[in-house]
Amino acid sequence: MIPLSHILVLSAALFFIGMYGLFTRRNMITMLMAVELILNSVNINFVAFNKYLYPDKLDGIFFTLFVITIAAAEAAVAIAIIINLYRSHHSIDAEDAGEMKF
Amino acid sequence: MPVLLLPLVSFVLLGIFGRRYLSAAAGSIATLAMLLATGLAIYCAYSYFDGGKTAGIYNAVIAFRYEWLPFSEGVSIQMGAIIDPIAAMMIVVVCFISLMVHILSLGYMKVEGRLHAYYAFLSLFTFSMLGLVLSTNIFQLYIFWELVGVSSYLLIGFYFDKPAAVAASKKAFIVTRFADLGFLIGILLLAFYTETLDIPTLIERLGNANTAWSMAMAGAGFMGISALSWALLLLFAGGAGKSAIFPLHIWLPDAMEGPTPVSALIHAATMVVAGVYMVARFYPVFSMDAMVMDIIAFIGAASALIAAVIACTQTDIKRVLAYSTMSQIGYMMFALAMNGSNVEPGLGFTAGMFHLFTHAFFKSLLFLGAGAIIHLVHSNELQAMGGLRKRMPLTHAAFFIACLAIAGIPPLAGFFSKEEILTAAFNANRLVYAVGLLVSALTAFYMFRLYFSIFWAKEPALHEGHQEAGLLMKLPMVLLSIGAVIAGWAPFARFVTADGRPLQTHIDLLLAVPPVTLAVLGIGLAAMLYKKQNEWPARLSAAMGSLYTAAYKKFYIDEIYLFVTKKILFNAIGRPAAWIDRHVVDAAMNGLAHTTSAIAVRIRALQSGKIQNYTLYFFGGVAILTVLLLFVWK
Amino acid sequence: MTASQLVFYCLATLLLVGAVLAVTSRKIFRSAIWLLFSLLCIAGLYFWMELPFIAAVQIIVYVGGIVVLIIFSIFLTQQSGADMLLPVRSRQLFSLLAVITGFAFCASLLYRTEWLPAGNSALNTDVSVIGEQMLSTTHYGYVLPFEAVSMLLLAAMVGCIVIAMKTKPVKENSAST
Repeated sequence: MIPLSHILVLSAALFFIGMYGLFTRRNMITMLMAVELILNSVNINFVAFNKYLYPDKLDGIFFTLFVITIAAAEAAVAIAIIINLYRSHHSIDAEDAGEMKF
Repeated sequence: MPVLLLPLVSFVLLGIFGRRYLSAAAGSIATLAMLLATGLAIYCAYSYFDGGKTAGIYNAVIAFRYEWLPFSEGVSIQMGAIIDPIAAMMIVVVCFISLMVHILSLGYMKVEGRLHAYYAFLSLFTFSMLGLVLSTNIFQLYIFWELVGVSSYLLIGFYFDKPAAVAASKKAFIVTRFADLGFLIGILLLAFYTETLDIPTLIERLGNANTAWSMAMAGAGFMGISALSWALLLLFAGGAGKSAIFPLHIWLPDAMEGPTPVSALIHAATMVVAGVYMVARFYPVFSMDAMVMDIIAFIGAASALIAAVIACTQTDIKRVLAYSTMSQIGYMMFALAMNGSNVEPGLGFTAGMFHLFTHAFFKSLLFLGAGAIIHLVHSNELQAMGGLRKRMPLTHAAFFIACLAIAGIPPLAGFFSKEEILTAAFNANRLVYAVGLLVSALTAFYMFRLYFSIFWAKEPALHEGHQEAGLLMKLPMVLLSIGAVIAGWAPFARFVTADGRPLQTHIDLLLAVPPVTLAVLGIGLAAMLYKKQNEWPARLSAAMGSLYTAAYKKFYIDEIYLFVTKKILFNAIGRPAAWIDRHVVDAAMNGLAHTTSAIAVRIRALQSGKIQNYTLYFFGGVAILTVLLLFVWK
Repeated sequence: MTASQLVFYCLATLLLVGAVLAVTSRKIFRSAIWLLFSLLCIAGLYFWMELPFIAAVQIIVYVGGIVVLIIFSIFLTQQSGADMLLPVRSRQLFSLLAVITGFAFCASLLYRTEWLPAGNSALNTDVSVIGEQMLSTTHYGYVLPFEAVSMLLLAAMVGCIVIAMKTKPVKENSAST
């Protein structure tokens, strides 16, 4: 059996890779992709904890289900916003939507 | 108390509401207030002198006292009113002359605009003068001193569209302000040593050479002169500025640019005697220091002499009267200083105050008469006047009485007061006595030069339609002439003396003769030269050559002042100070601002609006903090 | 090394490689495809952990829904062909630094903790069991979050439509036709 810590390290690595993508990507859609990676790493964590530490309960599974659902809803809304922003700026570069600048 | 408040109320009313609502009635309101105030003042003085004697001494009565600004245990600024002999006399004088001026202004200033402001300023002036006279606290005196200065500035510059008037009012204010600097330092010195600002306490502490305070003050010295002398000299300097004593007299002739009733009120009877009053108020302290008394005597005498000489040459009627005022104030000053004699002690003080009292009457009468003359002739110069005795008989009579009074001819008012002054001078200091004699002769000469030039010299020029002054202008003149005649007979010495005890005075006939003879000689000389127009005056002035020119140009004192201020002060002190201010101080401030904005520009770049940057900063901060907290700061 | 472990390590490697490529690829379409592969690997992980239901949901919702949505939006914003701009070097560096610091911290924490595995009772993950528990009101039921999530989905749906809707142009009354 793989020790729990390996899975957790894997999910942590995925989390930080997603974070790197969030910091560096200029395109809004790719930022969204990185966010999805982060959410998935969290899902792996939940499931792993459920399987290894509390196998007689199902809470981790439920959390994962709900996270997937909510991630889907959030991605949809994000795409809608991106499309709206694209209409006004004609670009999905995150730096072009800089109206909050000084 | 209401005596003080009535003019204040009038001022406030007129000042605030005058323009829109009351401009028609402004004069009447002010005059009414003044009438009430005068009535109250006379009543107050009467009740004081009538009933106030305790053990044969007129004690000071403190009407009220209100603590305003306490600094420390004994030193606090209080507002109060004190009635003692000189204060009672002064409020009567101030109120009466102010009332006369108000009545005259009702007639004289009818055609002017901004009347409400004029009456408001007059009320303010009366209020400040009364406050000054009645103050119990030396700082309150200083406050009212400055208020008097302000109101005189407002009144002199009343015709503010005339640049000469504006310049004159500025000059008056600046010169008196400059003198007040000395006054303030004197006050501070006195307060420091005696730990009190209250006048009766101060006099009590310093008036006796044996008290701890006065010994401390006499002991402490600076540049060889004791602190007491410094304080008194500085006080006197302040008084000298306000009273137009040489060398701070330069503002008085120029102040004649104001309306003539103003000159009558301020520069004849009230403000210019503020300095004399101040010396009289602090008299017990001044008399402690013989050196300061001598200085006051000599400066007063010198001022009187210089003014008299200059007055002999001036051609503007108001300037002649201004220099005459300066000369008479010099008289009053050195009279106060003549008190240290062993024969008839206390005479100088009484004589000085008595002269103040009588001078108020005849000088304001002279100014009011001058006002009437100027009103008729529409010019101030002597050349435009002549032979007016037929055209304005009442003014002629009043002016004649006033000239006789100022020349010291018996039995008019000036004779009595001048006699007492000269007697005191004779007893105390022969040199000052000689100067006083000479000045009285000159006074007679130039006053009658003025009189003859105006009323006799040539045939009257044709003035179409100019009437002599109306009733409103004649009434004050009549009242003041009566005053000028009878004031001399008032038993003044019974009431006003240095230490409150009544003094017996008499006219020393032997001493009375020389001044009167000299006065008559002066009158005769003036008559000879000026009664009929001839070329004697011109020949005399040509013969005296440069002396005459120097006197005519007021001894170039104004020019010296201008030179000192422009060439020396401005260039040596003013310019470098301005340079430092602009290039050092401002540069430092601007540099600070510039640096701040430069830093701000750099910092602003952080607010780029790019959310990714924000996220990065946030996470970076969290990471650093984590590392720090866990591994560095255990 | 058992087969199970081998499978895990292969999946893990593929997952990480795919994720790294997803966030660093310069063409957006390729980035989306790499994301797709990562998500598939995660589904594989779920399968390996004997959770078929979750794996199925992952494939259906994530891969079949979200990635398709992302690809649609790429087409809608006409970004598919060109190269994307690289971020500034300094930002890359700082991000890398921050991320590596964070990862080091997490990894050290993980290795220090003692994970006590539970008893050997197996995990019953039949769909019916999941369904019953989700909709039960007693026995650790999740019906409340279920309802809440359904509300959220409704709101999200409406919101998406509203946000992405094209605003109608105002009719002109003055123009005469």
